[in-house]
Amino acid sequence: MRKGLAEALNRYWAWLLLLFLVAPALIALPVSLTPKGFLSMPKGEYSLRHFDKLFTSEEWLSSFWQSAVIALATSALATALGTACAIGLWRVASRLGEAVRAFLLLPLVVPPIISAMAFYRLFVPMGLIDTYAGLILAHTVLASPLVLITVSTSLAGFDPRLEQASRSLGASQWTTMRRVILPSIRPGVLAGAIFAFIASWDEIVVTLFISKFSVYTLPRRMWNGIRENTDPTVAAAAVVLISITLIFFLAQSLIARRHRASASPGEA
Amino acid sequence: MNGSPLARIGSGWLLVLPFLALVVALFLGPIVDILRLSVTDPEPGLGNYAALMTSDSLARILWTTLRVCAITTLFSVAFGYSIAYAMVHGVRRDRNWMLSLVLVSFWISVLVRTFSWLMLLGRKGLVNEALAGIGIISQPIEFMRNELGVLIGMVHYMIPYAVLPLLASMQTIDTRLVSASRSLGATGSQTFWRVYLPLTRPGLVAASLLVFILSLGFYVTPAILGGGKVLMVAEYISVQILVTLRWGTAAMLAALMLFGVLGLLFVMSRFMKLSTIFGGARA
Repeated sequence: MRKGLAEALNRYWAWLLLLFLVAPALIALPVSLTPKGFLSMPKGEYSLRHFDKLFTSEEWLSSFWQSAVIALATSALATALGTACAIGLWRVASRLGEAVRAFLLLPLVVPPIISAMAFYRLFVPMGLIDTYAGLILAHTVLASPLVLITVSTSLAGFDPRLEQASRSLGASQWTTMRRVILPSIRPGVLAGAIFAFIASWDEIVVTLFISKFSVYTLPRRMWNGIRENTDPTVAAAAVVLISITLIFFLAQSLIARRHRASASPGEA
Repeated sequence: MNGSPLARIGSGWLLVLPFLALVVALFLGPIVDILRLSVTDPEPGLGNYAALMTSDSLARILWTTLRVCAITTLFSVAFGYSIAYAMVHGVRRDRNWMLSLVLVSFWISVLVRTFSWLMLLGRKGLVNEALAGIGIISQPIEFMRNELGVLIGMVHYMIPYAVLPLLASMQTIDTRLVSASRSLGATGSQTFWRVYLPLTRPGLVAASLLVFILSLGFYVTPAILGGGKVLMVAEYISVQILVTLRWGTAAMLAALMLFGVLGLLFVMSRFMKLSTIFGGARA
């Protein structure tokens, strides 16, 4: 059967492509274990000295710390703004609302280099260049649309009559929000918070423009390390980043699975 | 009644307002300012745009960008189609594994991925050493500091973005149409080319446009894997702003890029509900 053969071949090809997608990142692991002081594959000997350097170097530690602070603040702000906005647009439910939604998703589709120009141009006269406030604000604008999307997806499966029922039984707006709406969209809010965290934690292009010396995030330090292309500490940092990514991925898929188990079977 | 529709809509807008205000003030405002700069800096008029016709270097950069983006789109969508097809038509357990792999690669930081390619593709990188080791090549292949390296890095980054809309599109296909085609005597390949492929056209168009749009503004991979030899618009813009301080040229290129992206998004929205892509891409 020709169809069967073609399909089988395509399946092998697809697995190869998936290997191509995931495998290259693994090279960071052996490189990070090299005993040499420059970027190289270890030959028989392994050493943890670059991890040691990563976790004792003041520069790398401060970058970890700064990235974490900025990403946490961004995630908190973006989750609040994005969730409120999604609930608002869900209540409004009009053509104008949908137009506003499309507009608010713009930060996701405008090329990062243009966003970088925009923030740079705005922040220079405001004195926000190279400050935590500037980076958090910029990252919040970029990350909130992700929360808007995930919460809107959750809201699409929420029956508005539940809200009406709660109101007509005498619950206030605030109580309804806290006890009825928010619990049922929690998976979307949580997923949004994680996405927002990652968006900020990984962000490099805008960061390159609006930070200089005093705020030096992890991607910024990685970028420098990659450009200089000598110090294997970058490889150790890459390994740590991949591990963090995997942890977040697992957390997110667990949330999604629990959500799917509790809600009606949605899209795959 | 305390929950009248009008009050509901009013309170809805109140919730939208904070984020809307933030985007207008911090994002829309300066972007409009950049568009204005493109026709006022260094002097009022269309001089910056006219330079497109006269400057060889600008023309070369635009041409490089369009060429690299087009090739990236072609390969990403072709590869993505293969993966999406295998996912939709495979057994459930395979499908979950495949989706996990796509999503994991989607999540790995672009810097980590670019770094990995740097290690793999260098003159003394793993790929060259392996090829030399089994005796296929005697001279290392130049994978980096050229378009080949940029293309490998970009296709690798874009494949997941191609898979997701294609997957969404393939999942909506009525499989009875395929069975009908087979039972009417068409061969497997006839059915694929004349029934299945045309049915996935909306997904193909959406995936192509999405990948092309994202490629247009791509900065990290071309800047690092191109090693300064493959200058694309995004990197050129950053040089104009941070090094040569020519805001007018940078703003003109940004305006071109922005309108290009918005125009393509508009075309894309004709083929596919954008929410299915953006919703599906991250959820």
